[in-house]
Amino acid sequence: MTEMTGARMVIEALKEQGVDTVFGYPGGAVLPIYDEIFQQNEIRHILVRHEQGAVHAAEGYARATGKPGVVLVTSGPGATNAVTGITDALMDSIPIVVLTGQVPTFMIGSDAFQEADTVGITRPCTKMNWLVKETDALAATIHEAFHICTAGRPGPVLVDIPKDVQFATGEYTRKPKTSPSHYHPRVKGDIEMITALVEAIETAERPVFYTGGGVINSGPAASQLLRELVDATGFPVTSTLMGLGAYAARDKNWLGMLGMHGLYEANLAMHDCDLMINVGARFDDRITGRIADFSPGSRKAHIDIDPSSINKVIHADFPIVGDVAHVLEDVLRLWKSRGRKTNAGAVQRWWGQIEDWRKVRCLDYTNSETTIKPQYALERLEALTRDHDRYICTEVGQHQMWAAQYLGFNDPNRWMTSGGLGTMGYGFPASIGVQIAHPDALVINVAGEASWLMNMQEMGTAAQYRLPVKQFILNNERLGMVRQWQELLHGERYSHSWSESLPDFVKLAEAFGAKGILCKDPADLDDAIMEMLAYDGPVIFDCLVEKHENCFPMIPSGKAHNEMLLGEAETQGVIGAAGGVLV
Amino acid sequence: MSPLNIEQGATSHSAYDLRSHLSEEIETHTLAILVTNEAGVLARVIGLFSGRGYNIDSLTVAEVDHEGHRSRITIVTSGTPAVIHQIKMQLGRMVPVHGVSDLTVEGPHVSRELALIKVSGKGEARVEALRIAEIFRANVVDSTLESFIFEMTGTPEKIDAFTDLMRPLGEVRMARTGVAAMARGAQQPTLS
Repeated sequence: MTEMTGARMVIEALKEQGVDTVFGYPGGAVLPIYDEIFQQNEIRHILVRHEQGAVHAAEGYARATGKPGVVLVTSGPGATNAVTGITDALMDSIPIVVLTGQVPTFMIGSDAFQEADTVGITRPCTKMNWLVKETDALAATIHEAFHICTAGRPGPVLVDIPKDVQFATGEYTRKPKTSPSHYHPRVKGDIEMITALVEAIETAERPVFYTGGGVINSGPAASQLLRELVDATGFPVTSTLMGLGAYAARDKNWLGMLGMHGLYEANLAMHDCDLMINVGARFDDRITGRIADFSPGSRKAHIDIDPSSINKVIHADFPIVGDVAHVLEDVLRLWKSRGRKTNAGAVQRWWGQIEDWRKVRCLDYTNSETTIKPQYALERLEALTRDHDRYICTEVGQHQMWAAQYLGFNDPNRWMTSGGLGTMGYGFPASIGVQIAHPDALVINVAGEASWLMNMQEMGTAAQYRLPVKQFILNNERLGMVRQWQELLHGERYSHSWSESLPDFVKLAEAFGAKGILCKDPADLDDAIMEMLAYDGPVIFDCLVEKHENCFPMIPSGKAHNEMLLGEAETQGVIGAAGGVLV
Repeated sequence: MSPLNIEQGATSHSAYDLRSHLSEEIETHTLAILVTNEAGVLARVIGLFSGRGYNIDSLTVAEVDHEGHRSRITIVTSGTPAVIHQIKMQLGRMVPVHGVSDLTVEGPHVSRELALIKVSGKGEARVEALRIAEIFRANVVDSTLESFIFEMTGTPEKIDAFTDLMRPLGEVRMARTGVAAMARGAQQPTLS
């Protein structure tokens, strides 16, 4: 029998769940919990400057560690400010637990000060949420929240805690060994379907692995098993934006990222393959292009822990519901026990075809001696940091795609980017969360100046905790991706897609007690990057780049994989009217 | 550049032509969903339908297991086979959902709806209304000099047929519960 206040229960439950860090911002409705935080030292609280930043930081923490990220914010505006981050976590299947304060139970519904219907607002953007009305139920609900956010397909959960529930005393419920709820999604795949897939692997002539964020979410074992399977079969492997790092970019079977701004060889391999093995990806519209022409000649396996992902967009010939690591383990074991067979001759010819596509050298660009090309900046960043213990975050836009194309990701959990929701302003707070999780690592946020400004208030957080996060801003004074689409689709009418009245980023850094570096000459770039790496503290690197560079390759909206645009190709009018309505 | 010339209906259910290879025929299905009876669970289910653009033709809900705090939701929905499949998958993965049964495909089932139908009229029409009510086995649950309230249970089609016959006899007003449905026989594929 352990009696304690609801506020103390929150802390005890977090400790039992192994939480070491909470990202948050105080306010009236969470003061009792903050009072408990003040009186203990086991859980570190990171004070952000805006609640959206708290959620993205928790996402960064979660993605870099594989553990749930934890957020603590107040009622009303605290909760509503968190909504973008929560939706981001839902779209990218990131496990986070958001604790929100609420007005006292007896005031709910009275339009009290800082009251909002938090569970109502967040119901569609959480995996599950709860309003706790009894202190006795609080601890069990928090334990259940941790179970739900990590079981099955991960996602954000929210626990709304009225202030009187925090003050009142009640019975503390210890963390159960296994969750008492019925929610235990199956992790093992159907062995008959796995056998059918193994048979297809043995005979496939033009196979390709198409991997996604599910491999990362499944844990390091899944990445290991994927590598073993890819290397043993000799099949080519490509990945979505979310799955980068699951298979090492330095290894020979790697085709590069696929999709709208994916590599030519990756997309053509997807289009022409006869066996597509989707491992933890969801046939997102950035990947498929025009559905009717998506990989027309292939049989498709789809391994996904979420049954609703299978057959949602693309018909699966081998639907396998299960956790990636569990399924890949079975695939490998079965394939080995049946004699490790592949159609080696045909696969060899397939590689010959892929090598021909590679000769197109789709990432080539015209460099300049006077202007820094964004691609060049990233190539140099890659060259100068690839041997570091490195984590990369990004904002959203052209720079994000270039980072995915030109940086090499050799390990899982080292790449944090907003894939599903496409949240500008994600990267900076995410980099803070990553740096908190890995204090000695090199954490770089590759940013565009427009995205970066969306959460620039977090400079205060970076400065306060002396986090040496490197903000590598590819500054083209444009909303580059918007500008690119306006060029391709809207007759070069650049409606509101430039960054007017930009700050002096060097002075901005200095105003926060951080370091600012300005670089505009390609000849100075290496030295400037080295200066950034050498500085032990937060850095804003203002890299002035070519203003009108377009991001290629590109599959225009509504087109098929084999209709992609390359480099300096003529692009006027390439998106037809039907594609124009797509995003 | 000319203005975008987008075909009407090009974005009716998605910007992308997702389901060209599947039947586009609209089907009506009756789903039984067993859920934990907790605050907000109905909002969660309804929110799924509105958020993803699915149809609800009718919906009934009540707690069916008081000790286990389980409620049974019966939803009649319509959509293409692919949409129906998605609805079932999306419902099935919700945390408070214990099971989803598609009664339409899982075998014979009975569907019943309760309706209260008030018919206001005078004279000969009242006699005729009572006579038709008898044929339909509708009970008179309230009577005034100028109105009856009939109670009847049956399929939605039967209730529609009854009200169609009543309309010429007077002003008809109606409260309907929506469909409750259950599979026939002792064996239950998914839900008990």
